[in-house]
Amino acid sequence: MRIVIIGAGECGVRASLALREQGFDGAIDLVNGEAHIPYERPPLSKPSADGVALKPIGGTDRLLEDRIALHSDSIALSIDRDAREVALSNHERLPYDKLLIATGARPRPLVLNGNDVPQARYLRSYDDAKALYDVISPDFRLTILGGGFIGLEIAAEARKYGAIVTLIESAPRILGRAVPASLAAKIEARHRMAGVTFHIGKAIASVSAARMITLEDGTEIPSDVVLAGIGSLPNIELAQKAELTIGNGIAVNGMLQTSDPAIYAAGDCCSFPHPLYDNKHIRIESWRAAQEQGDHAAKAMLGSTDAYQAVPWFWSDQYDLTLQIAGLAMDATEEIERKIDEQASILFHLAADGRLLAASGLGIGNSIARDIRFAEMLIAKRAKPDKTFLADPAFKLKSLLSSAV
Amino acid sequence: MTQWIKACKTDDIPDEDVIRFDHDNKTYALYRKDDQFFATDGLCTHESVHLADGLVMDYTIECPKHNGRFDYRTGAAKGAPVCINLKTYPTKIENDDLFIELA
Repeated sequence: MRIVIIGAGECGVRASLALREQGFDGAIDLVNGEAHIPYERPPLSKPSADGVALKPIGGTDRLLEDRIALHSDSIALSIDRDAREVALSNHERLPYDKLLIATGARPRPLVLNGNDVPQARYLRSYDDAKALYDVISPDFRLTILGGGFIGLEIAAEARKYGAIVTLIESAPRILGRAVPASLAAKIEARHRMAGVTFHIGKAIASVSAARMITLEDGTEIPSDVVLAGIGSLPNIELAQKAELTIGNGIAVNGMLQTSDPAIYAAGDCCSFPHPLYDNKHIRIESWRAAQEQGDHAAKAMLGSTDAYQAVPWFWSDQYDLTLQIAGLAMDATEEIERKIDEQASILFHLAADGRLLAASGLGIGNSIARDIRFAEMLIAKRAKPDKTFLADPAFKLKSLLSSAV
Repeated sequence: MTQWIKACKTDDIPDEDVIRFDHDNKTYALYRKDDQFFATDGLCTHESVHLADGLVMDYTIECPKHNGRFDYRTGAAKGAPVCINLKTYPTKIENDDLFIELA
């Protein structure tokens, strides 16, 4: 059996390694759109003192040791589903018995008045990160469009370099999509304390060729770099061309299998039904989901029929703060707060029937990590924990796990 | 040359839990499970995060940052994202004191 994996991000690489861990001995082809060895993306927004690091996934020699044929600096152009063959931009053709599409997502491009904005830069690859952080210095004027995770993490790092950082968010608050308002307010306050200037609820009217940003209220913001972090788009074009079913990403079933049973999709590019959330089709852009789905798809391609049901989990590091979120709060009707210490707290998001759907924690360092992990396990068990226990920081959540039904 | 270093009282570690121990500019993690005691390096091999802030489940320690997992008896890395094993150290108990053997 031959397995081809398109995309050498976290998901595709983890899938290839998982195939070997499962004992698969056939050929594995891994298509890598970049010239670099496949690397971890989370460190890109948070460089160390030595600058942006290229951290190979699984270590430098792992792909070689695992006999994974890496096709670098080439992308998949088309899938011939009848012949079961993938055509690459370097003219290679890769036959497959099973195919995994792990093409991820790309930054949503900034468009103003129907036009692309070529002055805008994005953070997606190692080269993007290096180009950005190599030029940031004191008094460098960095203007960030979008108050999401990427924009805020870059703002925090750029302040460490002493850059003049301005962040523009057109929505009424930062982190509106994924983070509860009270935690987002604490994160915003931390950024303001560090010297970031915010323009919130303000739309951009124009960006000049010399990178002067004008807001709709007339405010002018001169910038050396304009960085847009305004969301992402799933890379579905290849699947679309192959006429696979699409719906907010490449539609897959619980086994991460597309409408073609020989083709699977996983990670940021796919939308899958989640058993913990009424089997609603969701698409998750998260490092851990990419990892877990790569692993899951590998097992599915080897015959497992288990449904993917890992609890979604996100994190973000900004300054000394860590945010962690487990689960999805979209259907929650009640929030219970657990104050761990002066700076750290967790919000538990409960459904009307008392079921724990999600937990959002913010604190210094790892102060919320354990309780978020317990929350994650309770969410997976569909537990309905006692609210007084959740609110009491002295109560050990671990003890709920054995009793949860 | 190795030497036995007194790390803590055995009761300083709750059952099925982990604490941090610093010695000579290095940091370690000490574990207790059913009155057996174990010691490993204190930092995750993935991104140098203190494992003592992590979660112990049976004989597994899970990093609080990215959920890298190790068997703290052997130091074996147990899947993504960790791929480098954790160093372990021998332990012994004398009069309710826990000692670890360091090089």
